[in-house]
Amino acid sequence: MTVSKMVLELAIAFEQTILIFLLTLIGSLPLGLVVYFCKKSKVAPIRWITELYISIMRGTPLMLQLMVVYFGPSLLLHISVPSNWRFMATIVAFVINYAAYFAEIYRGGIESIPQGQYEAAQVLGYSKLQTFFKVILPQMIKRVIPPTTNEVITLVKDTSLASTLGVVEMFTKAKQIAVAPKSPGMLTFLAAAIFYYIFNFIVSAFMKWIEKKLNYYR
Amino acid sequence: MNVLKMEHISKSFGDNHVLKDISLTVDKGEVVSVIGPSGSGKSTLLRCATFLETLDGGTLSYLGENAAWMEDGKIKYAKNLKPFYKDFGLVFQSFNLFPHRTVLKNIIDAPVSVQKRDKKEVTAEAMELLRKMGLEDKADFYPYQLSGGQQQRVSIVRALAMKPEILFFDEPTSALDPELTGEVLKVIKQLAEEKMTMVIITHEMGFARAVSDRVIFMDGGVIVEQGDPEEVFGNTQSERMKSFLQNYNKD
Ligand SMILES: Nc1ncnc2c1ncn2[C@@H]1O[C@H](COP(=O)(O)OP(=O)(O)OP(=O)(O)O)[C@@H](O)[C@H]1O
Ligand SMILES: [Mg+2]
Repeated sequence: MTVSKMVLELAIAFEQTILIFLLTLIGSLPLGLVVYFCKKSKVAPIRWITELYISIMRGTPLMLQLMVVYFGPSLLLHISVPSNWRFMATIVAFVINYAAYFAEIYRGGIESIPQGQYEAAQVLGYSKLQTFFKVILPQMIKRVIPPTTNEVITLVKDTSLASTLGVVEMFTKAKQIAVAPKSPGMLTFLAAAIFYYIFNFIVSAFMKWIEKKLNYYR
Repeated sequence: MNVLKMEHISKSFGDNHVLKDISLTVDKGEVVSVIGPSGSGKSTLLRCATFLETLDGGTLSYLGENAAWMEDGKIKYAKNLKPFYKDFGLVFQSFNLFPHRTVLKNIIDAPVSVQKRDKKEVTAEAMELLRKMGLEDKADFYPYQLSGGQQQRVSIVRALAMKPEILFFDEPTSALDPELTGEVLKVIKQLAEEKMTMVIITHEMGFARAVSDRVIFMDGGVIVEQGDPEEVFGNTQSERMKSFLQNYNKD
């Protein structure tokens, strides 16, 4: 296999990497907020379950979580899984894992907002919902950008864990190419590394741009 | 007609009995100053009046409408408190402007999105109020770009834009550098001249004396002394207030 063919193959598989990355964010960024609210719920059992869920997500390897989500339904619950379950299980595992981390980040952001902001809003007659969306959420977003950036960069690299379930994203592809006869060998991994690096470079630049955009106030 | 009527108000935080049977009635156009040592319950009183704290006992009404009252020995709040929020405004010691919004947006958002008033009309009124405060060129600024005195004047405008019947101030100048207190006190004085009904917690004795129709001295969760400012300051009756004023003058 020529080097340019190898790069092309990686690029094609990279589409899957980006898809996993984007779907995970689309799912986990809002879900994290829901998890945060559950953690703050007035109903004690909801709080306990949420605490447990967060601690499991943070306390066990993501690779293991991928396995559980993938094999769990058929082995434990004897449910027949859809044909594209490999991919779906990957997304589900990533989303619930990252949502737990984002919930903790949001908590930090929301709890750092001074009590006076809630009081000012209340005295002006804002409803709870208005207070959250008009006063708290915009300020929270600004505060959580730096820790969120860290998570997002980790996610770029974590997408390679999808190969555990045999999802053919770029890392899986790189492994397949590298061990094939007459392949560019180690060069394949170098190329994959460059892909990840550039992707993260773009992601970081994008997050920096958002951070700048939100710098219009202090 | 009294705008605010609080009767036999009590409030505790755990074992700390902060307000003990306080009654306070404020008539339309009246300016009442509340003074007293730290921890005497002044802020708690205003926070109870503005629903930031829940009463343990007593009656609270605005314009004759009961917001909270006793029923079977327990405090009961009106089912819908929303209508009461248009009766009062509160100016905080620490301003509490919304940092992510411009001055104008800080002012007009609640009248528009809570009171559902016409945005054009509210904006015009807001600009007029800003002009009155000498802040018309600051409409598009963010709070961090303003001095403390300017921020406090904006927060007064924000409260006024809701067209409240009564305005509460909790130490409006305590967070300000001494050279900035004057500009805020001047604005409050101007409101007093326009017959705005106000209750002002303050440590500025000279100001309290000059601007108020009535001065209330609180200590240990009760009103110890109250009356006409000349009377209360010039001919202080209680020992507690005498020693408070003495300590105060020493600083
Ligand atoms: N949310 C709260 N929880 C517990 N205790 C509180 C709370 N708010 C106030 N207190 C207590 O109530 C008492 C009265 O406080 P308050 O803030 O009303 O006093 P103040 O007269 O406004 O004093 P200052 O002049 O220092 O502002 C204090 O002992 C205070 O510690
Ligand atoms: Mg106070």
